[in-house]
Amino acid sequence: MIHSLFLINCSGDIFLEKHWKSVVSQSVCDYFFEAQEKAVDVENVPPVISTPHHYLISIYRDKIFFVSVIQTEVPPLFVIEFLHRVADTFQDYFGECSETAIKDNVVIVYELLEEMLDNGFPLATESNILKELIKPPTILRSVVNSITGSSNVGETLPTGQLSNIPWRRAGVKYTNNEAYFDVIEEIDAIIDKSGSTVFAEIQGVIDSCIKLSGMPDLSLSFMNPRLLDDVSFHPCIRFKRWESERVLSFIPPDGNFRLISYRVSSQNLVAIPVYVKHMISFKENSSSGRFDVTIGPKQNMGKTVEGVVMTVHMPKAVLNMNLTASQGSYTFDPVTKVLTWDVGKITPQKLPNLKGIVNLQSGAPKPEENPSLNIQFKIQQLAISGLKVNRLDMYGEKYKPFKGVKYLTKAGKFQVRT
Amino acid sequence: MLNLISAVAAAGGAAAVGPPETHCKTGTKMTDSKYFTTTKKGEIFELKAELNSDKKEKKKEAVKKVIASMTVGKDVSALFPDVVNCMQTDNLELKKLVYLYLMNYAKSQPDMAIMAVNTFVKDCEDPNPLIRALAVRTMGCIRVDKITEYLCEPLRKCLKDEDPYVRKTAAVCVAKLHDINAQLVEDQGFLDTLKDLISDSNPMVVANAVAALSEIAESHPSSNLLDLNPQSINKLLTALNECTEWGQIFILDCLANYMPKDDREAQSICERVTPRLSHANSAVVLSAVKVLMKFMEMLSKDLDYYGTLLKKLAPPLVTLLSAEPELQYVALRNINLIVQKRPEILKHEMKVFFVKYNDPIYVKLEKLDIMIRLASQANIAQVLAELKEYATEVDVDFVRKAVRAIGRCAIKVEQSAERCVSTLLDLIQTKVNYVVQEAIVVIKDIFRKYPNKYESVIATLCENLDSLDEPEARAAMIWIVGEYAERIDNADELLESFLEGFHDESTQVQLQLLTAIVKLFLKKPTETQELVQQVLSLATQDSDNPDLRDRGYIYWRLLSTDPVAAKEVVLAEKPLISEETDLIEPTLLDELICYIGTLASVYHKPPSAFVEGSRGVVHKSLPPRTGSSESAESPDAAPAGVQPSEQPAVIPTQGDLLGDLLNLDLGPPVSGPPIAASSVQMGAVDLLGGGLDSLMGGTGFAAPSTVVPANLGAPLGSGLGDLFDLTGGVGTLSGSYVAPKSVWLPAMKAKGLEISGTFSRQVGSISMDLLLTNKALQVMSDFAIQFNRNSFGLAPAAPLQVHTPLAPNQSVEISLPLNTVGSVMKMDPLNNLQVAVKNNIDVFYFSTLYPLHILFVEDGKMERQMFLATWKDIPNENEAQFQIKECPLSADAVSNKLQGSNIFTIAKRNVEGQDMLYQSLKLTNGIWVLAELRIQPGNSSFTLSLKCRAPEVSQHIYQAYETILKN
Repeated sequence: MIHSLFLINCSGDIFLEKHWKSVVSQSVCDYFFEAQEKAVDVENVPPVISTPHHYLISIYRDKIFFVSVIQTEVPPLFVIEFLHRVADTFQDYFGECSETAIKDNVVIVYELLEEMLDNGFPLATESNILKELIKPPTILRSVVNSITGSSNVGETLPTGQLSNIPWRRAGVKYTNNEAYFDVIEEIDAIIDKSGSTVFAEIQGVIDSCIKLSGMPDLSLSFMNPRLLDDVSFHPCIRFKRWESERVLSFIPPDGNFRLISYRVSSQNLVAIPVYVKHMISFKENSSSGRFDVTIGPKQNMGKTVEGVVMTVHMPKAVLNMNLTASQGSYTFDPVTKVLTWDVGKITPQKLPNLKGIVNLQSGAPKPEENPSLNIQFKIQQLAISGLKVNRLDMYGEKYKPFKGVKYLTKAGKFQVRT
Repeated sequence: MLNLISAVAAAGGAAAVGPPETHCKTGTKMTDSKYFTTTKKGEIFELKAELNSDKKEKKKEAVKKVIASMTVGKDVSALFPDVVNCMQTDNLELKKLVYLYLMNYAKSQPDMAIMAVNTFVKDCEDPNPLIRALAVRTMGCIRVDKITEYLCEPLRKCLKDEDPYVRKTAAVCVAKLHDINAQLVEDQGFLDTLKDLISDSNPMVVANAVAALSEIAESHPSSNLLDLNPQSINKLLTALNECTEWGQIFILDCLANYMPKDDREAQSICERVTPRLSHANSAVVLSAVKVLMKFMEMLSKDLDYYGTLLKKLAPPLVTLLSAEPELQYVALRNINLIVQKRPEILKHEMKVFFVKYNDPIYVKLEKLDIMIRLASQANIAQVLAELKEYATEVDVDFVRKAVRAIGRCAIKVEQSAERCVSTLLDLIQTKVNYVVQEAIVVIKDIFRKYPNKYESVIATLCENLDSLDEPEARAAMIWIVGEYAERIDNADELLESFLEGFHDESTQVQLQLLTAIVKLFLKKPTETQELVQQVLSLATQDSDNPDLRDRGYIYWRLLSTDPVAAKEVVLAEKPLISEETDLIEPTLLDELICYIGTLASVYHKPPSAFVEGSRGVVHKSLPPRTGSSESAESPDAAPAGVQPSEQPAVIPTQGDLLGDLLNLDLGPPVSGPPIAASSVQMGAVDLLGGGLDSLMGGTGFAAPSTVVPANLGAPLGSGLGDLFDLTGGVGTLSGSYVAPKSVWLPAMKAKGLEISGTFSRQVGSISMDLLLTNKALQVMSDFAIQFNRNSFGLAPAAPLQVHTPLAPNQSVEISLPLNTVGSVMKMDPLNNLQVAVKNNIDVFYFSTLYPLHILFVEDGKMERQMFLATWKDIPNENEAQFQIKECPLSADAVSNKLQGSNIFTIAKRNVEGQDMLYQSLKLTNGIWVLAELRIQPGNSSFTLSLKCRAPEVSQHIYQAYETILKN
């Protein structure tokens, strides 16, 4: 199981270590640094590294490497999932998962890590339970604590840890009872040079914010549940009910959580809401090239496409770019060679366009590779797959809750090849 | 403080004698360390005062500061007694912090740690279960022997605590204690208590007990800790639904070790595990996939459920690919295994493996690998378009692999070869150096797979000769020039240009150049005599590399003694390379499937090969398949995807083709064995049987790499005759026919050891029956046997067991069980088997021919419809006709006799007074042979027509027929 954890920042400093069994010397991280050096780019460090006596399994999140030390055969996915859970917990507790936040709250971090893992076995990873055990830091509470002398550690046994519904604590009380669902869909797509779709799928999630008193038992039904054939559920969902009736039936955790995630893959079901016309060319034996890109709406169900941003990794030989944007603003970073164009909203009457001259290093050969265009966008009040919530019913409690559903479509890994 | 530093620096400076640089160095070093220790002392002093403060709040803050220092790796162990003093408090947070401190430093201060024991014991009795659990949990983390003794009683109580939270914590504590003192845990009977917890009413307690037992079992592979039976399995499956995600992983991993008693049980477990495929935690999903992949092996393929299960497996695997890149990587490594084992699961999901330009490189490379594995005629166009796109990316490693992948597609999907070649030519036109080199390496492989088809591109390749600077590309180009020397007008000039810098080339290139020039000489002897002499002298006289020298001498000798033979050897027709060169060997693959989701699956190695902590890992294996679904796996019926079993007609290109008889070191390993080079080594083996002795004697040159069976060729001529002509053998009708033993290794050739033997097949198992006779004057012992690679992968299934030393003039009969999972290499003749036997005296080699009917499997009976379809399907040129003379048997007698040897009569017809028998048989490697036997009444000769997709076996099948019928 997980032996030790080291947190390492981008400049290679180990700023926190935690050992759940015997102490493993920091020098074990040298193997990691070696791999990091070889990988050049921080994102390319392999997640599993073997050393003579240990295995190092790592994740890279928010500019921090979480490096765990393993001594015996253990499922690597288990470790990676756990490390992501640790990062999520930090995010949840401190509002951000950064080196500063961790250093400022080092004792809480230590307490959390101790609660999350016992002898390498996961103990409490549900945010609900952890928050009962260790209160998150807030300004108000630290003031109160210093006056009353009370602590941020819970005195009672977290109820959820034992019940059959470990994700929910007993005795939840709200004056306003509300249940909100966000249906968020991301389109992953690869569009080829000619504009036809090479690959497209929708990664959807339903994130919930549920603040209901007592032990509510909810069921959520859809207008078109047949869309959901590849789904991952939160443990609270009753699988049998879904199998037989295609209804999500569950006793929800308290607060924010991801209810389901799903994938819609069948290509004809995936509508592509934008198109890109592009002309990027480099002249042979001349140190310049042309760049001309237009973005337009397509299959957007009458909704506005907004928050459009295009990023392009230009070839190494590009020195700088002289462009004019008909809408929005662009920046080009000559060090990383990244061109970013913040377009904003697309209005069909006047399509946004960015064009101009690319200056290349003089004498360098014409770049061989064609840069890919990475597009981001958002469409409010639309789930592009067509998924629609039919109704939400609550059983087990007498009050009437406020209910709400919001839809959002965004670009995931949306790439246009040129 | 500042004053102090400068004072010390000044003192250092004054004291130092020598050059200024040195004194500077020592000066700063001294002050730095001084500065560091002083602050530390001050800090610790302050903390000490705070810890002993009367104020609760101040105490707590102090402990927090101590923990903070500890976290960043500062040594605060000096505060041990002061911190322990804070332990007796009713403030839970303070208690926890002190516990944290204790866990870290108890080991370094064992005597002081004893002071804490009393508090622990008291806390284990606390009315608050949280405190009881915390105490027992912390105690287990204090790795001090003296404390563990005190731990036993509280732990025993906690294991039976009324509160499940305490019980589950105690379960993990047993594993901790076992790690510190295994004997103590066994003596105290904690293991039995832990086993009882598997039947606990609380699912979390069950999960933790399973986790603890699994961890303990890992260090005790022999102990039968997790003794699973249908009842306990049922308990686990129930707990599976209700415990946390982590608990589910432990339980699933444990389930995967269970062996269901029949297919019904396997199916019911699968049914209860499938809902886990929809879990949000990817580790749960992959562990569930492991259980399903393993138990599926037991389900009959005809079952509806089997198909349903296959369908259910695809979506969760695809979903794993939308997770974080680290998760994707592990998932991809596992999918790579799954795709090899059951290609049908993901055959329609090619697109999810398409590479995105901002994927991390480790994800890109894995995706590419899987794309090739999934490539088929149906999707090849798409795959090629993608690969071409990748070949223009920025990342050099990735581009190289993409180019290589195009070559692998060509070899795998025959219909696409032409398109692949033209794509490669397009890429060569880009003139990007590393792309050109990779392209040339793969084009060489394409030539080896489809000879005489794409040679028109050679001209284009030759244009790029000068830009090749990598040894592999140079070697590939030289191979091409040598192989097609007769079609390249200036082949001699090209090769000569390489020869100029012969000594600076890598061994790979040198070997290739030597062979290529010899080939050239044999094809155009008149113009190239000088060139060949030059290369031979460079290789034999001026080289320090024994490999190169050996090959040089062989060619030299060969060319000078018998040029005709040289031509036959060097220019012999080369075997085609196999379509999948990098498939994992089936037995290893089966083992790895049992390790899905573990580190072993990431490294594609069994845990025994690399995990340090696992002492003597038990090998896992897939359960045997039940039901008679084998026919579905025959090569005729298998889908046009990956062929799991290697066909004997195809030679694996990987590794050294020289036999690895008894691990004899046949020359230093060539790094990254080039495919072309290995074909030449093959030639060398053939050669060595002949004139090696004289070569060695003649040149007075003995390299270890030339020790090869000297009598390799000798028994070939006689062996076959002896085996089949001998009569009087008792062919039992129950099993297949067994020939009487014949002498394989005469005593005079083996320093007094005589070996005679025969092969037999009984109830599905093949064995080699040996009679070892000691005709020497000394006692023989330490026998061992090994086979060279052979056409059907025959290999000993057990070591050669000769229990007592063999005294002079004594004989011993041994039946050596054989299996057919060894390495495959096509032999000539097909049924040739080269054997090495070792004893205390020496190592001996002999070769023998085995009758093919020992390879006829029991389920070789084909369906009538299938037979008809297959008969029509096999092209007519694959048909072979033979006469079996003087065999006075009736049709029924023939049928019965053949059935005993697993040749099954499917139908019998009478056409114009002749009896026609239609028969089928299947070889161990899945090759089907269809036969039509015509029997004319009154005429004692039969006509046998054989049809088979691998026509080279026909001759041997006929011999088998004759042997069976005439005995």
